[in-house]
Amino acid sequence: MTKPILITLKVLTWIACLLPIAILVSDAITNNLGPDPTKTITFSSGKSAMCILIISLAITPARMLWSKLSWMIKFRRLLGLFAFFYASVHLFAYIGLYAAFDTHVMIQDVLKRRFITAGVAAWLLLVPLALTSTTGAIKRLGGKNWQRLHKLVYVAAILAIIHYWWQVKAGVTTPLVDTLWVAGLLLLRPILTWWKSRNTPKRQPQPRPA
Amino acid sequence: MLIRKPDPVSGSNIPSSEITPKEKWLNRRTFIAAAAASGAVALAGNRLSEILAPSRTVHANAKLQTVPSPLTTTGEQLTSLQNITHYNNFYEFGTDKSDPSANAGGLPTRPWNVKISGLVKAPKVIDIDTILKLHPLEDRTYRFRCVEGWSMVVPWVGYSLSELIKTCDPLPSAKYVQFLSYWDRHVEKWAPGGYNWPYSEGLRMDEAMNPLTLLTVGLYGDVLPNQDGAPVRIIVPWKYGFKSAKSIVQIKFTDKQPSTTWNDAAPNEYGFYSNVNPNVDHPRWSQATERRIGLPFYAPRKQTLMFNGYGDQVASLYNGMNLKKYY
Repeated sequence: MTKPILITLKVLTWIACLLPIAILVSDAITNNLGPDPTKTITFSSGKSAMCILIISLAITPARMLWSKLSWMIKFRRLLGLFAFFYASVHLFAYIGLYAAFDTHVMIQDVLKRRFITAGVAAWLLLVPLALTSTTGAIKRLGGKNWQRLHKLVYVAAILAIIHYWWQVKAGVTTPLVDTLWVAGLLLLRPILTWWKSRNTPKRQPQPRPA
Repeated sequence: MLIRKPDPVSGSNIPSSEITPKEKWLNRRTFIAAAAASGAVALAGNRLSEILAPSRTVHANAKLQTVPSPLTTTGEQLTSLQNITHYNNFYEFGTDKSDPSANAGGLPTRPWNVKISGLVKAPKVIDIDTILKLHPLEDRTYRFRCVEGWSMVVPWVGYSLSELIKTCDPLPSAKYVQFLSYWDRHVEKWAPGGYNWPYSEGLRMDEAMNPLTLLTVGLYGDVLPNQDGAPVRIIVPWKYGFKSAKSIVQIKFTDKQPSTTWNDAAPNEYGFYSNVNPNVDHPRWSQATERRIGLPFYAPRKQTLMFNGYGDQVASLYNGMNLKKYY
């Protein structure tokens, strides 16, 4: 990967990731958020967070499958931070538009409504990951610890999916596609690890006894 | 009873159909289709005048003759016809709010018969034209509160369901009324699995006989658009929207509480009564406030009113009942 291509791809990623919020802001200014603007904002931000999180989860399996794609690691932090950004917009939409900044309402919701509990938990798990996303933080924590900490993203993704299912009405299957993606990408990891460990010894011949 | 008083803002004596220009509230899809159809017919018959002035009879939306009603709700800003016809829950035509307006075109609203069955002196079938002529059609604006937490203000056209029930001669043993909606898998192929189709709703007899319960045939002075439950539905303004069954093909009088679609699907979320009640939460959200459709996102939420603000007329129906238990 040459530097100009990398820079171009980074710019394109930024544009793609900023597109959902740009559309929301422009629709809000031109009064085009539809009959139920509150729902449009909440759904769009939640969907964007889920979508970007899924793409970021796809990078590791993609690299394990095709070594030519190893450069994709350079995009994971950017995607992770954008997922956190949209999750935060989503949370803020709830706080402002549903709870109307009423702390009592928010506490009641978190305690009583399991889909909100799961959603808030998912967001809280993303916070330490966003805070430790800098190169400095990786050095301070040490690679091993950092990696261990960032495995929390799997839990956050699962909680986000549970949040989605618990939010929709009985019988509604809109979260199914995202669920299959998350399930597939999380299951691919142990499968690929097992596959590699099975194949590695064959490629490296055992040293002959002296 | 609501006492009608002159309303300087909306001018309650003027039917809503007189306020909004017809072009604004004509269903654009229907209008274009009708215009195209009339154009094609005109071309085939080589009648140039028809192209220049398409026949009125081709329009799906025929204007209704209406009279004012003392039961109408005043002092609220009406939700636009665009929003009322493009933000619908009509699961037979898809679960997304925009699905019914896109998919309900195939609903065959003529000819249309409503079967009167169950505990009546003589079961019978009434066709839609008889229903339209049974009683003068009234303009009745009601608040409409969805269980999902949003609300509208809708200028319906119809008359009290009690007028129809009186002509059905229900037996004294009839304690409940069940409403069954149109069901055809080929027409309503978007209906999700996991529900008991056809859509079923029900009311207690005294609820059905309450003058507020509206047998509804129109909206904004015209016939109902398909996605809003054409050609005939009920509107029960003090209950959550799903209680107001659409596209009714059968009205059945029973002695037992009928099973109803949403109550069957999730009994802990959707009670048989489902009266609008700010004090009883839905398991997934509070019902204390609501958002009015069509307002910008920064508009403050509205306080939800007990019985959707119709307590004066209906609260006595539930005297002595624990409304937390019978939600």
